[in-house]
Amino acid sequence: MNKKHEKVIAPDVGWRNVTRAGIIPTAGNAEYYETGGWRTKKPVWIEDKCIHCLLCWRFCPDSSVIAEDGKFGRFDYEHCKGCGICVNVCPSDAIDFIDEGETSEGRNDGE
Amino acid sequence: MNKKVALTGNEAVALSMKQINPDVVAAYPITPQTEIVQFFSSFVANGQVDTEFVTVESEHSAMSATVGASAAGARAMTATSANGLALMWEVVYIAASNRLPIVMPVVNRALSAPINIHCDHSDTMGARDSGWIQLYSENSQEAYDNMIQAVRIAEHPDVLLPVMVMMDGFIISHGLENLEVMDDESVKDFVGTYKPDHYLLDIENPITMGPLALFDFYFEVKRQQAEAMKNAKDVILDVAKEYKDLSGREYGLFESYKLDDAEIAIVVMSSAAGTGKYVVDKLREEGKKAGLLKLRVFRPFPHKEIAEALKHIKALAVMDRAESFSDFGGPLFAPIRSALFDVKNDIKVVDYIYGLGGRDIVPPHIEKVFNDLEEIKETGKYDKLVNYLGVRE
Amino acid sequence: MTIVIFEREEQIKMSDVIEIRWHGRGGQGAKTAAILLAEAASRVGKYIQGFPEYGPERMGAPVTAYTRIGDKPIRIHANILEPDIVVILDPTLIRATDVASGVSENGIFIINTIESPAVMRKKLNLKGGRVFTVDANNISLETIGRVIPNTPLMGALIKVAEVIPYDDFLKIMKEEFEKKFKSRPEVVEGNIKAMERAYQEVKGE
Repeated sequence: MNKKHEKVIAPDVGWRNVTRAGIIPTAGNAEYYETGGWRTKKPVWIEDKCIHCLLCWRFCPDSSVIAEDGKFGRFDYEHCKGCGICVNVCPSDAIDFIDEGETSEGRNDGE
Repeated sequence: MNKKVALTGNEAVALSMKQINPDVVAAYPITPQTEIVQFFSSFVANGQVDTEFVTVESEHSAMSATVGASAAGARAMTATSANGLALMWEVVYIAASNRLPIVMPVVNRALSAPINIHCDHSDTMGARDSGWIQLYSENSQEAYDNMIQAVRIAEHPDVLLPVMVMMDGFIISHGLENLEVMDDESVKDFVGTYKPDHYLLDIENPITMGPLALFDFYFEVKRQQAEAMKNAKDVILDVAKEYKDLSGREYGLFESYKLDDAEIAIVVMSSAAGTGKYVVDKLREEGKKAGLLKLRVFRPFPHKEIAEALKHIKALAVMDRAESFSDFGGPLFAPIRSALFDVKNDIKVVDYIYGLGGRDIVPPHIEKVFNDLEEIKETGKYDKLVNYLGVRE
Repeated sequence: MTIVIFEREEQIKMSDVIEIRWHGRGGQGAKTAAILLAEAASRVGKYIQGFPEYGPERMGAPVTAYTRIGDKPIRIHANILEPDIVVILDPTLIRATDVASGVSENGIFIINTIESPAVMRKKLNLKGGRVFTVDANNISLETIGRVIPNTPLMGALIKVAEVIPYDDFLKIMKEEFEKKFKSRPEVVEGNIKAMERAYQEVKGE
């Protein structure tokens, strides 16, 4: 995904050079806005309980369950907001829902 | 009687509504106004008001419900901002044209596009021809006081027009400030009971409201509506006098700040006026003859009084927190300049458009404006008629 | 306006208003602290402003909030560009935001961290100014039972720069918390303890 919009919508761009109507000249750029930092709780995959039904993938409102070859792959922790819907719909209790640290110093998302 | 408190603008307005205790409030949320109807809903839930609280599905419905309630004979209110006001646009005109004394706080927020939640005056400026009386508040104190006075202004038999009470989004609505509020009884006595002379639920004297009126009658109805707006000016001043006796706080059509012997001055509305006064004081200490006119009443537009207050100024800058896209400045520029036309004093008037979409306006910006005015005063010439303050070039 | 800076009588600024800028992440209480402090000051007769800077406000997103406290009515309506005091609730923001923007040589930083003031001075790359630190996370964990740095940091601020008298501050805060946490007196106690501990434990250079 190219980030050509960064050149034309830089934080210091003047009025003559900003894009017309503020149009962003790329698509799919929501990916660059990392909302993982919004979490207070975090889903964790329990592999041996997972039946790969992909209900979590289907219901995640933030496209933060990544499927690979028709099976559960991983959670996208850069975007998962910790809403818990996946935990709620999983039919085999294969997702744990743990507390995130209160500050980023306490974050345990592997960063 | 007066109590010193610290409240945000939204809390102050919600408190004023609680003390007014209207018959009907139609509610729909929009940032940054939502807290007003949200706080009010808890007053309703707690039984602290007698209001019928009507939750609707859009702002168009909110104003429709308010118009319906008011036409039925109720004291009715709603609140909105930005695109919410824009969505209710046709009904806003209908409220005024049906001479319904609705009071509505509008928390100023920029109109889309782009989507923006912060302050500018594009929303209510877009409604400046709707026939509503428009009052702009500098801070939470003024928002509170304007709301209470608005009820009396709107319901006065010589007026019977709806009133919009404005305050700046986030800056005032979400900013905590000191203010004085009155006790419930005093506000209740001041606003009194609404006694409409013609209303739909009056079964003794049934009426039909909102008829068809073509080229045979429309013009006469409108001419009469214009007369009501004309009357509003004196009513606003009379209500202010009464309010001063009650609260000790004084209001007029505008505030003249260090204007009497000023040579350079700015005209400004709402929260930036506070920053403007701070800058005027600073310049006065430096020996500059700077002054400021803070306009409170935008509709009706008190052109005679404004001309009288500014007739001796040599160089004047109008501060517009909205663009009219007229290629001739913002919505405050044109009427101010026009008001000074008859004074025939060769006052140089220029426009500064600032703060669009919530762009912060700071003392150095306003100092720059006064520096420009000094230059204009000395040379008798201005560089640009319409300037943009605080935009990245 | 003259206020006591960490036990030394000092004139903090030429003008009559103390300007405080708070940096935190959504959920840490920066906005609440800015507003609570303003409210407390208003109760002892000061003129105040307390307001947040709004962006997309969510847990974890950087939040900036402001407090102004003065002896005369405050009319200016603008963000604080040259704060006298900067309170940092989350030191990871030092990388993310320019927390030192506009702070003069006499500026004061109060930081929630386990590190020492000298280490934080290096991290902030400061030439002048004074740095104070307190482990607000740990204090709140031990007194309130969860990590919520704003209450202890308010206690630390009053110690560093007594913008309102400490005893008045504690009394007003107790009343506010009693109102807010009517059914949970242990939360009220915990918050007061947090402020008292931070007041004792904050250290400067």
